[in-house]
Amino acid sequence: MLTLLILFPLAAAALALLLPWHRGRSWLLAVSGGLHLLLTGILVSASGVWPGPWIGIDPLSRVVLPVTSLLFFGCSVYAVGYLGLRRDRGNRVIVACLLVFLSAMTLAIAARHLGLLWMAVETTTIASAPLIYYNRNRLSIEATWKYLLLCSVGIALAMLGILFIAYAALVGGGAPVSLQFDTLLAAAAGLSPPWLHAGFVFLLVGFGTKMGLAPLHSWKPDAYGEAPGMVGALLAGGLTSVAFLAILRAVQLMTAAGDGAMARQALLGMGLLSLLLAAVFMVRQPDIKRLLAYSSVEHMGILAIGVGIGGLATFGAMLHLVNNALTKGCLFLSAGNIQRAYDSKRLSEVHGAIATLPVSGSLFLAGFLAITGSPPFGLFISEFTILRGIFASGQGWIGLLMLLLLGMVFIGMGATVLTATQGEPVTLDTAFKDNLLLVASPLVFLLLVLLLGVYLPEPLQTALQEAANLLEVQP
Amino acid sequence: MTDLLLLSVILINFFTLGSARLVACIRAVALQGALLALLPPVSHGLSGHTLLLGGTALLFKGIFIPWLLLRAIREVRIRREMEPFIGFVPTLVLGALVTAGAFVFADFLPLAHQHHAGLFVPTAMATMFSGFLLLITRRKALTQVLGYLMLENGIFIFAVLLAEAMPLAVEAGILLDLLVGIFVMGIVINHISREFSTLNTERLTALKE
Repeated sequence: MLTLLILFPLAAAALALLLPWHRGRSWLLAVSGGLHLLLTGILVSASGVWPGPWIGIDPLSRVVLPVTSLLFFGCSVYAVGYLGLRRDRGNRVIVACLLVFLSAMTLAIAARHLGLLWMAVETTTIASAPLIYYNRNRLSIEATWKYLLLCSVGIALAMLGILFIAYAALVGGGAPVSLQFDTLLAAAAGLSPPWLHAGFVFLLVGFGTKMGLAPLHSWKPDAYGEAPGMVGALLAGGLTSVAFLAILRAVQLMTAAGDGAMARQALLGMGLLSLLLAAVFMVRQPDIKRLLAYSSVEHMGILAIGVGIGGLATFGAMLHLVNNALTKGCLFLSAGNIQRAYDSKRLSEVHGAIATLPVSGSLFLAGFLAITGSPPFGLFISEFTILRGIFASGQGWIGLLMLLLLGMVFIGMGATVLTATQGEPVTLDTAFKDNLLLVASPLVFLLLVLLLGVYLPEPLQTALQEAANLLEVQP
Repeated sequence: MTDLLLLSVILINFFTLGSARLVACIRAVALQGALLALLPPVSHGLSGHTLLLGGTALLFKGIFIPWLLLRAIREVRIRREMEPFIGFVPTLVLGALVTAGAFVFADFLPLAHQHHAGLFVPTAMATMFSGFLLLITRRKALTQVLGYLMLENGIFIFAVLLAEAMPLAVEAGILLDLLVGIFVMGIVINHISREFSTLNTERLTALKE
């Protein structure tokens, strides 16, 4: 079943390359997204944990997999409308790359072998590079080159980290030299501490580059700014969650080896730095998509802080991961619509979006309220849970600092978003109009985030709690 | 025999750091990849695993990737690395310093006792550092790719120490990822040269705050 989930998008990608029919390829993407979501639903609702030697589902993947799948399905429905607008660009390559990207993300989420995990994450980098280059202009080349080179080098360092962990098993002597994750967890106490620590640091740096934690985030504003809106949504909501999952695997290993405290300190430091840098760069940001990219850096920082604090905050971070992915989906897709309509993403041209594009403009404004943690949206609950966790752990100054920075983000982001959405309607040069395909997905994402803010379903709560326990309790 | 291989790898590091001719640099890195492909059978003895690993590495690192890169520069007609950020002689000196540093540093590492005397760990570190130097000091997109490849080569040396931890399928997948990655980078290089009529990455500065 799980194997099917990973392999069928690849088959669909091959089909997309062969199919000589523009609209057919777009729909193939949406149908594959729907099938993936359906299979994921069946797979995740089956109770019990079944880790295999290579791939398997554990509580952490049970949280990340449905979110990624749902986000992809939403983006694939949007893509049918979007690719229809851009017939001149052709969609053969982008559809195939999106499907390979889906397959690689699924493999990374399900991987139970560190080598396999690495391979899948590197494949996501390669498959998403052509997606960022979709617009084929000077700016998108620059963004693609930075993304490709920085992430490849980052991921190469993660490989070194993985090798260090294998070497820790070799030097420690007590453990079999294997990179199978369950074997490693079981033998974690026998790993040689210096090599394990070095391995963790390299994994954090490597996958942290991919996740976009400061100070390794420099590719992010460029890539998110130049990529089409739906690609931005998939990168900011899906890929970052997958990279975070990879870091959590390393945290799991460190916790099992009894060095969880060190791992948490490192995450906490990087998280605070991300929040700080993002807040600084969001003030007076004149570009709405770069603004969203810094918002992504900010939320990766919040996730890292949540896990760094531990306890209740870890649960908050798991919930935050779900909320962040869905809200980023809403924001990037509606920002994509605004960009298409105004043929610009800079504040000098974009204003009066609500009057001009009632649905997309309102969605963008509502998405802004959601992402900055205003009640009654889900992010209010998750950020509040993380803050409660911080104050309960007795590190009040971190909580105060975080509150201060969140306030700064709200003001900085608000200034840009309000300028873009409020004001008199503008006569547009483009023929763009909101239509059902282009607004349905962001609307559904936003409603889900709203729902999560009012009511947290029992099964989801259990799943999040189990995932958080995996990072807390020593097995 | 192993030591001889590893020493030639270090010499190739220096050659690449000091050479301005792109074709020569690509050939040197290809030779380095091919030498590294000999490493698994030579150090672990002949077996199905080591032969297959060496064969795949030879095919990808020694043949396919250099061929892709040579094709990329044939199309853009650029032969020399001009005006690097740091001159060739200073880069060589830096290269020598980091190599010496790698040898000193390796002595302090808590290595398994069978690796204490060998050249594996210092060579791996020296090659990774040289790759980083290339990445940082050069302007041409192509030389940066070579730096990335050299970094990967250094990691490969370290991986050979742990051949039993990496199943062959995973190892092959990693090499395939590398190959496809270089292929995509080659395409991007091509587009850079078409759009900007140069391979110099300092022209890629439109995106900033």
